[in-house]
Amino acid sequence: MCGIVGLHLREPELHPRLGELLAAMLGQLVERGPDSAGVAVYGDPRLTPPGRAAVSLLDTDAATVESALRGRIPDAVAVDAGPTTVVHAPVGVDALIEALPRATVIGTGEEVAVLKGTGHPHDLARAFGLAGVQGWQGVGHTRMATESAVTPQGAHPFSVGPGQCLVHNGSFANHATIRRELRAEGVSFDSDNDSEVGARFVAYHLARGADLDKALRLLCERFDGFYTLLVTTADAFAVVRDAIACKPALVAETPGWVAMASEYRALAVLPGVESARIFEPEPEEVYVWKR
Amino acid sequence: MEALTVDLAASPVRQLNQALHAPDPAPRWRVLNPRGAHSVACGLTRHLTVDIEGHVGYYCAGMNQLATVTVHGNAGVGVAENMMSGMVRVRGNASQSAGATAHGGLLVIEGDAAARCGISMKGADIVVGGSIGHMSAFMAQAGRLVVCGDAGDALGDSVYEARIYVKGTVKSLGADCVEKPVRDEHLTELAELLKLAERDEDPAAFRRYGSARRLYHFTVDNAY
Repeated sequence: MCGIVGLHLREPELHPRLGELLAAMLGQLVERGPDSAGVAVYGDPRLTPPGRAAVSLLDTDAATVESALRGRIPDAVAVDAGPTTVVHAPVGVDALIEALPRATVIGTGEEVAVLKGTGHPHDLARAFGLAGVQGWQGVGHTRMATESAVTPQGAHPFSVGPGQCLVHNGSFANHATIRRELRAEGVSFDSDNDSEVGARFVAYHLARGADLDKALRLLCERFDGFYTLLVTTADAFAVVRDAIACKPALVAETPGWVAMASEYRALAVLPGVESARIFEPEPEEVYVWKR
Repeated sequence: MEALTVDLAASPVRQLNQALHAPDPAPRWRVLNPRGAHSVACGLTRHLTVDIEGHVGYYCAGMNQLATVTVHGNAGVGVAENMMSGMVRVRGNASQSAGATAHGGLLVIEGDAAARCGISMKGADIVVGGSIGHMSAFMAQAGRLVVCGDAGDALGDSVYEARIYVKGTVKSLGADCVEKPVRDEHLTELAELLKLAERDEDPAAFRRYGSARRLYHFTVDNAY
């Protein structure tokens, strides 16, 4: 099944509550996929301070990262967030990655931190310190693995382009074919997960100048299978579903926020949901909200 | 008689459903704060009246028999799924697969219904005040689906004997679904259904769709 939640806050007064609201939303959908979970948060001053590049990592810890960067990247700070480590520094993303020890990069950007792991989503949310996170946009995912192993690499979100994140409920039927095509174009992969192929495809087209709307329309043309996707970038929040809308999706919109979730109960925790405009996205229609 | 009130913010759905299934339940119930919970008021088998104040999640009033359940809000996937009898009314919108496989009873959705409304319905009546999504009445076998708004793609795909009435536009018809003439008996049954659903549309404004029955028989020309 898998469960998706996403929150795009328009009202700055709500920014301090991003993590708390996202954790509450995620908590409502644990039954849809209790094997792993992940979140991405945009604009948290502790994980991604303004003016610094940030990289999210698996398979390491803050102490290892800081000692590896000592003397190489001045003023680098690593933050432990459960199974994930977020490191930020006043340099470019590329310089930071180059200086890092062997670790799996699961997110890069100036505003986004990606936190993910295996295990019960409640425990992970606690380990991430999610309730204390701030920011203007966040996505979350609870996974029920169907297409690849239960590993932290296979957990969502997939963040494979600068500031970009993708969470997916469903399964792509032709991901192996598209993976081969992208590999032939020089794209490399971190996991066997079908959703990663979707994320790489979107990143590939964004890097070649498509906007998010265009990249997702291209995805609809190329991918077979079932999908409800929530894709975010440093300035946008987008939702798209497959041609038969196999997987559930609900969008709620108020002047203060836009939210998307697999089920209404995840939206029910949001302030002002009683007066929200609530709708189900149409099949193969791309919905984009800009910051 | 005053309705018995259950607040789902204070007690779990299972407790509510067990109380509704007790040997001698109160006849009227009011459910507060459903907040998208699944399986609210499922499997009822008595002449109960249940008013749910808010949005519900999946399978609300599923397998209903005899009871009258009203959702004063939106309903999630599979509302009144496999209903046998009784009545379920959704004041807001319904998500996918509303009334799926329902054998009897009346499902009224005052707002819109999403994809696959009445999929594989087997004898229920469904009246939708708004529009319905794609693949509605897919493989429907018996019953009536009345749509006061528009229908999405592939209406009545592979439909057997269910009758479909649509007042608005139909984006496309599914395999073996065709438009059929509206005769007096259809106007009569449509008028009855609209009355039961407390709607005031004119039956003459609807068009009728149903099975061309071309898929009933094996055709050797279809073999590879």
